[in-house]
Amino acid sequence: MTTNSNKRGAKGDILIEMKNVEIDGFSDERWHKIVKGVDLTLRRGEVMGLIGESGAGKSTLGKAAMGYAQPGCKIRSGSIMFDGIDLMAATEAEKRQLWGSRIAYVAQSAAASFNPAHRLIDQTVEATVDHGISGESDAKQDAVGLYESLQLPDPGNIGGRYPHQVSGGQLQRIMTAMAMSPRPDLIIFDEPTTALDVTTQVEVLVAMRDIVEKFNTAAIYITHDLAVVAQMADFIKVLRYGEEVEEAETRKMLSQPEEDYTKSLWSVRALHKDESPSDDIALSIKNVDAAYGNTVKVLHDVSIDIPRGRTVSVVGESGSGKSTTARVITGLLPPMTGSIEFNGETLPNALKDRSKDQLRRIQMIYQMADTAMNPKQTVADIIGRPLEFYHNLKGKQRDDRIIELLEMIELDESFMDRLPGELSGGQKQRICIARALAAEPEVIICDEVTSALDQIVQEGILKLLLRLQKELNITYLFITHDIAVVTAISDEIVVMFQGQVVEQGLKSKILAPPYPDYTQLLLSSVPEMDPDWLSNLVEERG
Amino acid sequence: MTEEPQSYSAAGEVAQVKLRRGLGERTWIALRKAPLSAWFGMIVIALYAFVAIFGPYLAPYGEAQVFAKADEPWSMLGGDPAHFFGTDQIGRDVLTRLIYGARNTIGIALLTTILSFLIGGSLGLIAAINRSWLDQFLSRGVDVLMSIPSLIFALMLLSIFGSSIPSLILIIAVLDSTRVFRLTRSVAANVVVMDYVEAARLRGEGLGWIMGKEILPNIMPPLVAEFGLRFSFVFLTIASLSFLGLGIQPPTADWGSMVRDGSRFIQFVAYDWTLALPSLLPAGAVALLTVAVNFVVDWFLHKTSGLRDDH
Amino acid sequence: MHPVLYTVLQRLGLGLLTLFIVSIIIFSSIAMLPGDFGEQVLGQQALPETVEAFRKELGLDKPAYIRYIDWIAAVLQGDLGTSFSGRASSGSDQSRSVWELVGPRLSNTLFLAGFTAMIAVPLSLFLGITAALKRNSVYDRSVNAVTLTTISFPEFFLAYLLIVFLAGIFPTLSNVTPDMDLGERITKIALPALTMTLVIVAHMMRMTRAALINLLASPYIEMAQLKGASRTKVIIKHALPNAWAPIATVIAFNLAYLVVGVVVVEVVFVYPGIGQLMVDSVSSRDIPVAQACALIFAATYILLNLLADVIGIVTNPRLLHPR
Repeated sequence: MTTNSNKRGAKGDILIEMKNVEIDGFSDERWHKIVKGVDLTLRRGEVMGLIGESGAGKSTLGKAAMGYAQPGCKIRSGSIMFDGIDLMAATEAEKRQLWGSRIAYVAQSAAASFNPAHRLIDQTVEATVDHGISGESDAKQDAVGLYESLQLPDPGNIGGRYPHQVSGGQLQRIMTAMAMSPRPDLIIFDEPTTALDVTTQVEVLVAMRDIVEKFNTAAIYITHDLAVVAQMADFIKVLRYGEEVEEAETRKMLSQPEEDYTKSLWSVRALHKDESPSDDIALSIKNVDAAYGNTVKVLHDVSIDIPRGRTVSVVGESGSGKSTTARVITGLLPPMTGSIEFNGETLPNALKDRSKDQLRRIQMIYQMADTAMNPKQTVADIIGRPLEFYHNLKGKQRDDRIIELLEMIELDESFMDRLPGELSGGQKQRICIARALAAEPEVIICDEVTSALDQIVQEGILKLLLRLQKELNITYLFITHDIAVVTAISDEIVVMFQGQVVEQGLKSKILAPPYPDYTQLLLSSVPEMDPDWLSNLVEERG
Repeated sequence: MTEEPQSYSAAGEVAQVKLRRGLGERTWIALRKAPLSAWFGMIVIALYAFVAIFGPYLAPYGEAQVFAKADEPWSMLGGDPAHFFGTDQIGRDVLTRLIYGARNTIGIALLTTILSFLIGGSLGLIAAINRSWLDQFLSRGVDVLMSIPSLIFALMLLSIFGSSIPSLILIIAVLDSTRVFRLTRSVAANVVVMDYVEAARLRGEGLGWIMGKEILPNIMPPLVAEFGLRFSFVFLTIASLSFLGLGIQPPTADWGSMVRDGSRFIQFVAYDWTLALPSLLPAGAVALLTVAVNFVVDWFLHKTSGLRDDH
Repeated sequence: MHPVLYTVLQRLGLGLLTLFIVSIIIFSSIAMLPGDFGEQVLGQQALPETVEAFRKELGLDKPAYIRYIDWIAAVLQGDLGTSFSGRASSGSDQSRSVWELVGPRLSNTLFLAGFTAMIAVPLSLFLGITAALKRNSVYDRSVNAVTLTTISFPEFFLAYLLIVFLAGIFPTLSNVTPDMDLGERITKIALPALTMTLVIVAHMMRMTRAALINLLASPYIEMAQLKGASRTKVIIKHALPNAWAPIATVIAFNLAYLVVGVVVVEVVFVYPGIGQLMVDSVSSRDIPVAQACALIFAATYILLNLLADVIGIVTNPRLLHPR
């Protein structure tokens, strides 16, 4: 291979062309198809959004565009042409010539993808220098310029630090600088903002978009979040189960999606519940301070009232104390000061001091249904245990009630002897709901119950929760960071920030101006399904 | 509410439903896929178990029966045909000693391993759940015990308590339980943080249920593998101690002391290699069993960890 | 204080504390002796006065903590006490100081262990690293199968096998004496050194391989590959700086293992080392000698592990470059 001297072709030339690519992955002792014959064409200067849910094969396809198959995968057939170079036929050495010089990669977890042993600036320019694109001092000078245009603080010195010394959002921007340093033709962004909080995500998105525009670099942007990709991409390709669903220009995709599946991707955002105020308080948290290990105080004077038969959503970013609030209510973390009142009575602070009946009335559903169920117990064991434990049901009575509960969550008898490993993500979460219902509780705490699920499954779960609330008059405390879910399900909203309650009130009041500063920042940072959202936001914020 | 984009049913969601098979069938499938080394290991273990259990019926003579001629060579090497593997230094039949040795050495090692699992396993579980001063106390204690090499510690304790079989079992079991404690505690600690354990605690379940029903079934595979490894380690330790003359004492037959007794002529092996046989035979018997156990454990670990290439 | 210094000091303190507790455990073994121990050592016909004098010498008439302080003070000054052997019921005392017995033996053992380590450490690192790089190749699989087998062998079986095959070439008795020259010594210890090398290499190679495979699965290694770094560069620049801690742990663990494994091997080859001495002292219940040997073994073990921890600490970038 000869190094291309006139590296940059004209805008609009085909840069990468993949035809009928099939990729296999190895798991459970055999090969599975991960990508089943996908075509992909990207021209110079274009940004393609690659979107799909978990298991859609988007990340595998993205890496294949570099001619790279991650360990445990192999590209079985198809053709991959990068600017006239056949990547399927290229040797490892030839591909290494391209990687880090003409094709760059930005990984999801920046914290894990930087080598802890080297300074950031050295890692930023490593590929550029090694590939002989420029000398070390020039490359470093250029890197400082990139840091500056990515709006990193103290761009002259931040590169002298080590990866663990800077924050996640900054690392992600430095990784973008690293990708941009050799001025590649193509950058693959692999879910680069998924691990970040929304307010941080906005900054990183702006920085990435601007720099890609500035250097007119082609990019493939991989994500599961349609609203994010709408800000970044010129056109969008939707994948599902390793196959292409549809591909269209961004605006067209958003306004007139053709396939049902694509429409379902934003179905949750269309879900809406009308709020109804109530003064009948079921559970009330009064002036709670809490700390882990008596040192790090994580809750400061938190008071929340939860009306009966209603949904109160607690929103906030990581570290806001919303999950800790749930732990305090359940008694797992006894508060330092303050109390929890349930139906007007003060609950004992610690779990071990509460009676069986008090425990029964407050149930909890977890974010990860996978880890919330014992993998060695069948569905019947899982749902049956609270029936035995709280209601003393045995034998046929117990089985009949299990079937009743299964029907309540839209599953049937045939699921009784399945193990959790044999259920889909949505089914698992439904079983967890049934287990909570089996106790016949008054309050259910839902800790991010939909955030690990795909959009269409989320919608199903939220609808189910709403229906159960209507039928059984259950009270929900809904902990989430997802504003779309909040609008869909709540009556009241509590906004938390750094262990304090910023605001509490009816949904209509919280989601309408005037906002306190933090609520404003949080709400405005949630990406919207509008390609101009990010640009408008940048303009607004100045 | 929104329009239904497509007909959706929760029950219809795609999940990996495995064919439900009985335990026997699953075991058979696993066995059929087992590599040659694992098969070899299992057959050897079965053979040893058979000899150990039915030893008194298989052995041609009594355990300590003494014959006239000492140091008789193997019958195929020109010795007395009545003694297949010849006789030892005081005229006992070596084949008989070997068979009884299997019974004694394996039996004692098994007993010791079970005891060490009872001690280390239950303490490890409690420490993992409890997570308070008790955990700290036990863990630091185990750190200190493990900072003395166990063979050295065993030697020291034996010098005080003397070498009897009960003290041997107790000393090795206690020393070895430190490793069982560590493993149990660390694998159980990974399970204790699972939401389903928290869910059980929130339900109000007692310690017994949480240990027995929620945690134990989920840490069985590593514990089973560890049992194999610990057994072969204990077995080797006991054989080594007996070889050093500090383990199982005569007249009880055991392989370690047979190696020691057989090694009297070892410096003449350069002139006649068959002089090494009285040591090599019991030493080989020890080695064959540990190799077999390790092969089976290796396969089991591979299978249960789900990893293709790691240990 | 710099976090590295702080962590190292903390770790050193913990190591000293462990040594202290271990010394108490070893010391208290003498307190657990049965009451008639004097008669056992001195014989049935010993005069009551002799026994009383003996008990007094051991300090059994003083409270335990005072005896411990006396003992540990003496140990710290290099006085390990007096051997029990050579005493007679008549009261005549031909016993020798423990240090006299232990000293020359200790240097013999260190010579054997050091010689083995010099061969085994580089060899197993080489095997482990190459096996990890050529994972799942025929080479990897065969090295794996061989080492799995040798790990399972008891040391004495390996030793006798080597004797059978190599008896004609190397001496089967390793009875070294102080007046031998280096060449002769090395020939004498060839077989025990080889036995231990086989055992150590197997353990160490497997641990190195596992540690390295674990490291190579890190996302930053994949990132380095996707930046177009060559295989050698990925290993040397990206994997190695993060590998010191696991490798140091592997080496320390195995050197410690070497120190212990030496006991059986010394007995097989009748090598005049400290392991042999400990076995003899245990079977003759010569407690002071057994205690001294145990203390030396434990101290070596603790110090080696301490060293590995310290290496892990000082090569950890997170501690070297604090926030």
